[in-house]
Amino acid sequence: MPDIKKIKDQYLTKLDNNLDIESLNQIKTELFGKNGQISNSFKTLGSLPNDEKKKFASDLNLIKEQLQEKINFKLQEIEIKEINSKLENEKVDVTLPEREINQGKIHPVSQVIDEISSIFSEIGFSVEEGPDVENEHYNFTALNTPDNHPARDMHDTFYLDNNKEILLRTHTSPVQVRTMLNGKPPFKIIAPGRTYRSDSDQTHSPMFHQVEGLHIDKDINMGHLKGCLNYFIKSFFEVDKIKMRFRPSHFPFTEPSAEVDIGYELKDGKIIIGEGDKWLEILGCGMVHPNVLKNVNVNPDKFQGYAFGIGIDRLGMLKYGINDLRAFFETDYRWLNHFGFDPLDVPSNYRGLSR
Amino acid sequence: MKFTISWLKEHLKTKHKDSQIIDKLTDVGLEVESFENISSDLDNFKVAKIINAVQHPNADRLRVCDVDIGQQNIVKVVCGAPNAKKGLLTVYAGPGSVIPKNNMKLTVSKIRGVTSYGMLCSESELKLSDESEGITELKSSKYSDKIGKNFFNNNTVKVIDLSITPNRPDCLGVRGIARDLAAAGAGKLKSILHKKTKKEGSQNINVSINKDKNQGCTIFGSCLIKGVTNKESPKWLKEKIESLGQKPISAIVDITNYVMLDLNRPLHAYDADKIDKEIIVRNSKKGESFEALDNKEYKLDDGMCVISDQSGVLGLGGIIGGTRSGTEFKTKNILLESAYFVPRSIRKTSKLLNIDTDAKFRFERGIDPQSVETGLLKASQLISEICGGRVSKFDIQKIKQYQNSEVKFNISLFEKITGLKVKENEMIKILNDLGFKVSKKKSEFKLKVPSWRPDISQPIDIVEEIVRIKGYDNIKTIEPKKNRLHETLNKQQKLFHFLQRSVASKGYFETVTWSFTDSKINNFFKENLKEIKIVNPISSDLDVLRNSIFSNLTFYLKKNLDRGFKDVSLFEIGPIFKNNQPGEQLTVIGAIKSGKISRLNWNEKERSVDIFDVKKDLIQTLIEAGYDKQCFFIRDKSPTYYHPGKSGSVYLDKDDIDPVAYFGELHPNIVKKLDIKTEGLVGFEIYLDHLKDTKVKLKDQKSNFEYSDYQKSERDFAFIVDKNYKAQDLIEIISSIDKNLIRSIKIFDVYEGENIPDGKKSIALNVTIQSSQKTLEESDLEKINKLIITTVETKSGAKIRS
Repeated sequence: MPDIKKIKDQYLTKLDNNLDIESLNQIKTELFGKNGQISNSFKTLGSLPNDEKKKFASDLNLIKEQLQEKINFKLQEIEIKEINSKLENEKVDVTLPEREINQGKIHPVSQVIDEISSIFSEIGFSVEEGPDVENEHYNFTALNTPDNHPARDMHDTFYLDNNKEILLRTHTSPVQVRTMLNGKPPFKIIAPGRTYRSDSDQTHSPMFHQVEGLHIDKDINMGHLKGCLNYFIKSFFEVDKIKMRFRPSHFPFTEPSAEVDIGYELKDGKIIIGEGDKWLEILGCGMVHPNVLKNVNVNPDKFQGYAFGIGIDRLGMLKYGINDLRAFFETDYRWLNHFGFDPLDVPSNYRGLSR
Repeated sequence: MKFTISWLKEHLKTKHKDSQIIDKLTDVGLEVESFENISSDLDNFKVAKIINAVQHPNADRLRVCDVDIGQQNIVKVVCGAPNAKKGLLTVYAGPGSVIPKNNMKLTVSKIRGVTSYGMLCSESELKLSDESEGITELKSSKYSDKIGKNFFNNNTVKVIDLSITPNRPDCLGVRGIARDLAAAGAGKLKSILHKKTKKEGSQNINVSINKDKNQGCTIFGSCLIKGVTNKESPKWLKEKIESLGQKPISAIVDITNYVMLDLNRPLHAYDADKIDKEIIVRNSKKGESFEALDNKEYKLDDGMCVISDQSGVLGLGGIIGGTRSGTEFKTKNILLESAYFVPRSIRKTSKLLNIDTDAKFRFERGIDPQSVETGLLKASQLISEICGGRVSKFDIQKIKQYQNSEVKFNISLFEKITGLKVKENEMIKILNDLGFKVSKKKSEFKLKVPSWRPDISQPIDIVEEIVRIKGYDNIKTIEPKKNRLHETLNKQQKLFHFLQRSVASKGYFETVTWSFTDSKINNFFKENLKEIKIVNPISSDLDVLRNSIFSNLTFYLKKNLDRGFKDVSLFEIGPIFKNNQPGEQLTVIGAIKSGKISRLNWNEKERSVDIFDVKKDLIQTLIEAGYDKQCFFIRDKSPTYYHPGKSGSVYLDKDDIDPVAYFGELHPNIVKKLDIKTEGLVGFEIYLDHLKDTKVKLKDQKSNFEYSDYQKSERDFAFIVDKNYKAQDLIEIISSIDKNLIRSIKIFDVYEGENIPDGKKSIALNVTIQSSQKTLEESDLEKINKLIITTVETKSGAKIRS
């Protein structure tokens, strides 16, 4: 009868040593191989008397389990160790740059148009559009600016024919005309878009953007006009207080007409909107002229309302501190990158207009 | 419109401070462009004398002057004026002075090595006139004993510049401005007192207005003033003229200008002795010409309103006089004209001849037809006072009578439009102050419109008059209501905004470029579209409307490449033009990508951009916009500005007629001609108008969620096909074999070369097969396998690669 207790103690001690995988396998063979000590011990079972047999078998099994468990534990320990040392060798320099992703940008004009649309959407305006090429009738005559009217000189118009009948729209106001001709009052629309004047210097570019507004209903008066623009300007510049000044002015298609200034001050060369005692003109507006309403088959005795036109580029310049209008249209990669917006920054009412 | 405060006060009795007047002007709609107080820094400007002037040692064009600035002070001043000579009396500005013209503050400075203490000033620098050639020359008779004295009087000149809207010709005269201010409570309008002048004899130059078609002159008033002595204007008049930045010419001219600025009543003075017998106001005949006071010869067309005598044209009525009959210092007898010219006629003629004068500007907007006599009266009086002479009786020729127009005004309209309550009495007072005659009849005003207000013809004009004088500030703000009539954006607009951000999210910078472009570049991209010329382009290289967005994108790409950028991705969403009629435009996204992918990258191999980069961006954008990729169909047809072999078009559906997009490499010849140097240049275009409305909303598009948990199997195939055979066709054949079993097909290799016959290529695909009813057995798979091979072979002529 082999001394299995001795075997057990001997090998448990051995297994406590620092072992590599080979020595461990060696031990495994020594114990459980064909001629392994445990295997051999089992072989002796048959020669044992019955009364000893049972106990011996039970002891032997217990020892076998103990040793196997120890070996397995050892084996796992070695594996983890090996993996760890392998991983140690796989270490990378995490400070190396990540794979490239090219960040796109949205042009400030587009962003501002989205902001404007979002604000007016909140008070029930919908967006209309019109063609860039207009005829003289929609751009001027229908807007109460007949030929030979000096007001036409205020618009340096690009013409596409020698008879001066086809032109690039000088303002977004023809959209008013088209909208009203194609529908029935009430109207409550804004119309952002490209506009053109043959003028080019520091503060003028031959193409720029305007947003037209039109609200016609039975009882819309100048108080509503003031309220609407006040709401818009406050929302757009994201300030609680805004100083606004309505000044009488003249546009052929509105009467009474007004130009609107907002108060500002300069702080460290930057324009701060809503404070200070300087005035900045930002838009023109007024009550739609009865002649215009007649021209689009709306009865001015029954319907009335206001219209306004705002320079989009200029609003953008003021809000985002952009100094040069012409840079908007020069496609300078550096400028687009600097002033452009993340495409995920969609202006909306509930998430806020801008970050 | 410029005027001085003191001039204003000749018409307005007021206790208002300057700043209050400025505010009031703004409040009533007379926009103040500027208010200049020319007095403040002017004590530094002294009368001085150049006592010596020598050549600057280091500069040919400069002189070094010793300047006597009084009290025995002599300073050295470096001066570039050609007239800086010894003995000249001029104006000296010491260090610390601020030059009125440019607000530049002077300091002691070295000019080419010589220290200059201050500066000698030109008239333009002092804002005395536009004269900028040389320094101011002062008359020794007047100034020789004033060396060292202040050049400017202590009387401060306060000049207001207004921007007058085209509807307010009356405010092109100081009196009109005063009237508005008075109406708005800023003082009282003084009445004009005309001294009685004796009139001697009749105006014996016969004046006739021809009854021509569209005669541009309806009233011609005149008087003769005989025996005048024309001379320099007296100081008060000169200062008036100068304070507005104009240059005095002679008493007669200055007086006519003064009356024009004062009352907005243009006048013209002829040298009566140069008039050949009579004055005929008539339409011009084609080919007639005359030399105008701007020293230009004008060739006239038919039907322009001219003032002529028996020898021919003297001047263009209401626009510009001629040199032949102009007054000079030696002029003895003058004919003074005060006429009414029809705005339409003035505008037409001046546009055709491209003449812009002060008189034209005023007549075009409408002069008070009832001011003909007032003008003659005021001017003739001044002329006889200053230049002497005997004034004849006035001769007024008229072919049309001007009555004050009348407007019936329903009083309730005011509150209806403005939302503001104003008492009737107050309304009447405002209107009276503005010159209206008001009579009330029940709920209506009957109004006689003052003759100087051609802009007023209907009730809404009256609303404006009352509310602007009452003040816009009094209108109460009404909070906006949130009621909505329509959805904010329609489907096409939503698509626009979605695609815009979708493309940007793929690494493209959005740009906005002109809707016009250079025809030379446009030609590369216009295909069979019509070239749309701009008649009056802003510059010759922006002369046509763009037929494609690529012309501007490539132009600006080049600029950015020149700036040193290499890998540039740009896009624009906007209009392109098919023709020159309203609406003949399409909304297009154009995007381009240049250079390399992973340039100088430590862990990825760099490569030039290629067609599949833009195809990826394009297809993904369309998918994000809600279109079904399964239906997309690609053709290899594309516009000629793309590389003929590396470009294609995308159709939302195989049966569609119009492609929604093009993509590919730009044609190398065009890239070369545009001198664009980059490793690769690819692009795509999406035609928003061709993108069909998805009709159903997303919420209704979703089908039931069905899925299969049965085992998937994958099989690889390699087919040898003709080189030009399209992968898309292969995929279509396979996918249509059994839509229930074939879940996906991926092409994982395309190979030409060794082991593949010439003119052929091998396409290797991985097909995923899965049933939704059961786990497929080997025999089922074998069956579908065989079916795939035989179907592909029969339908495409391909051979399975063994």
